[in-house]
Amino acid sequence: MLEIRNLVVKIADEDKQILNGLNLTVNDGEVAAIMGPNGSGKSTLSYVIAGKEDYEVLDGEILLNGENVLEMEADARAAAGIFLAFQYPLEIPGVATMTFLKAAMNAQRKARGEAELLTPDFIKQVNAAADALSIDKAMLRRPLNVGFSGGEKKRMEILQMALLQPSMCILDETDSGLDIDALRIVAEGVNALRDKSRGFLVITHYQRLLDHIIPDTVHVMSKGRIVKTGGKELALELEKSGYAAYGEAA
Amino acid sequence: MSVVTPLKTAAEQALSAQFAAAKAELPGALPVRKLREDAFAGFEVKGLPHRRLETWRYTDLRSLLREARPLAATATVTDGVRARLAALALDGVRLVLVDGVFVPELSTLEGLPEGLAVHSLADALVSGREDIARVLSGPGVADADAGLMLNTALMRDGVFIEIAAGTELDAPVAIISLASGEDERAIFHRSVVLAGPSVKATIIEISESAGTAASQINGAIVFETGDESDVQHLRMVTRHAPETVQVQSLLATVGAQANFESFALVLNAGTLRQQYFVRYAGEHTNIGLRGVNLLGGSEHSDVTLVMDHEVPNGTSREMFKSIIGGEGTGVFQGKVIVRQHAQKTDGSMKSNALLLNDGASMFNKPELEIFADDVVCGHGATVAQIDGEQLFYLMARGLPRPQAEALVLQAFAGEAVEFVQDEALRALVMTEIEAWLSLREASSVVSAI
Ligand SMILES: Nc1ncnc2c1ncn2[C@@H]1O[C@H](COP(=O)(O)OP(=O)(O)OP(=O)(O)O)[C@@H](O)[C@H]1O
Ligand SMILES: [Mg+2]
Repeated sequence: MLEIRNLVVKIADEDKQILNGLNLTVNDGEVAAIMGPNGSGKSTLSYVIAGKEDYEVLDGEILLNGENVLEMEADARAAAGIFLAFQYPLEIPGVATMTFLKAAMNAQRKARGEAELLTPDFIKQVNAAADALSIDKAMLRRPLNVGFSGGEKKRMEILQMALLQPSMCILDETDSGLDIDALRIVAEGVNALRDKSRGFLVITHYQRLLDHIIPDTVHVMSKGRIVKTGGKELALELEKSGYAAYGEAA
Repeated sequence: MSVVTPLKTAAEQALSAQFAAAKAELPGALPVRKLREDAFAGFEVKGLPHRRLETWRYTDLRSLLREARPLAATATVTDGVRARLAALALDGVRLVLVDGVFVPELSTLEGLPEGLAVHSLADALVSGREDIARVLSGPGVADADAGLMLNTALMRDGVFIEIAAGTELDAPVAIISLASGEDERAIFHRSVVLAGPSVKATIIEISESAGTAASQINGAIVFETGDESDVQHLRMVTRHAPETVQVQSLLATVGAQANFESFALVLNAGTLRQQYFVRYAGEHTNIGLRGVNLLGGSEHSDVTLVMDHEVPNGTSREMFKSIIGGEGTGVFQGKVIVRQHAQKTDGSMKSNALLLNDGASMFNKPELEIFADDVVCGHGATVAQIDGEQLFYLMARGLPRPQAEALVLQAFAGEAVEFVQDEALRALVMTEIEAWLSLREASSVVSAI
């Protein structure tokens, strides 16, 4: 369970406050969607949860299963079960995707006191996950994300999520850049991971993703706060009327 | 007009005395003796290179060499030397120098592949070969260098390799130069590689110390490669005492339609100056100089190169990657000269450095001197830190910071290493880099605790 209480965050080396007392709870087994205008702070929220350093938390707390994660480095948060599928996945030249996947899986296992994965088991798992997401095996031999198309990068994020089996999944605009078929494949990949012990926070601008990944709750974010919470019908409403009612007319 | 005679430093005075005492016993027939005398006379005028010279600006040998160590005259083959030779994972022909002196007993001299002839440099110097002076001199752009003059005057030994036209060597030829490191000594060695037309060969040069005493090393290697040849050179300078001061010169004259590529790995090398003087003797030739420098402590690595495009249609590729921690200093000075007739020259020169902390520094000075009008030449020099966004991405997947850094650094170095053609050698280089990175990773874990 993820609980965020009164989170106030500014950019570390600027006098710019972005999150202004944000409250949000995502229960185990829940799929929560966040929608909100550009610049309202959605990506910032996802970065702060994952442990990026460019921000300063002025107030509030982030609890994962009751434990405050704000003092943890990003790698410790990952080992604790937080996973962020990036809005813009990074290219890492020179690091083969396979090498990276194995390093990541083993690092998390090590942090949890589990034995290293044997290579044949690792390959089996990667192949199965890649097949499920229609990812070409040749891509796994290429340097991580380098020269991947926008959609390929997003699929690679979901592949990582499937392999790392996190308990709290944050998806930042995973639907952007996906064609219609890829959207369905990625959504199926996410749905396959839906589980009563796993929470999802799905950031998106469009209803079409939520047609595939049906949320339990929809939150509206505006100016660094959650300003409205409802069921899946709230997304449909926003699609029609926009954010005008929340003081953010287009 | 008054002539200002600069005051000689203690080291310069000692070098003069050493040359005077040693010149009668240093090997060489008459033309070589003359070469030595002329070189030393040239050196005496210039003195040890210092920072007011453009080409030595960042490596002040005059202040680095406070004292000139006694000349090493014989090979001290210690248990440490034998152990290191046994541990070296290298296939092919091994030619071993200890303290700059060729040691036949430790070298592979029997069953050499056809077309490969090996002598000690000392033998070649006394042999009376007519071309010896020309061969030793190398490209004209090297003439004025005082570090090289000193090498010419005092070189004691090395290996002289001849590869006959058309020979394709399957396995590399390694020149393994170990300082015994028992006492602080000055080691002057030079090797020569003459490769005829259409030769294919890989030459490895290793410079290490088997002991703990810091040496002063002045080494040189001269390549003369024929038309349509393909010569690959790998140099590894490692396992030296931190106070070691070393100059390594590479002189190459490369024939037409040929390929010559050199890669240098530098780590745990104390203070090192590598200088390259390269001349294109024929058209449609490709030359690549690349390397990786891993620096920490108060280590210093200077790469200074001059590529002399004298003829049209030459390609040059330089790529040096430096990873600098501690109080380390990296230097890259690259000069590409494209003479008036060298049309269609295609040159690309890159030096990229990553600084790991505040005390580290890098000086980049790429230069193009272009006198032809139809050329494509470019250079790029960067000094940066590890990319924070990349680091966060890797950490967000669970990699602890030191491991995430090591992965990024390994990939950064790998972009140059990938040009080492021989797969086994590429793996050997990568293993050394990984070991260096994991030591760094381990020490940062300790310091975090
Ligand atoms: N490192 C930074 N430096 C300066 N401003 C920043 C930084 N990161 C975010 N911001 C600003 O904070 C605000 C919120 O940005 P954020 O990326 O969180 O918005 P978002 O809701 O994800 O928008 P979008 O829907 O366009 O993805 C924006 O005004 C943005 O310009
Ligand atoms: Mg965003």
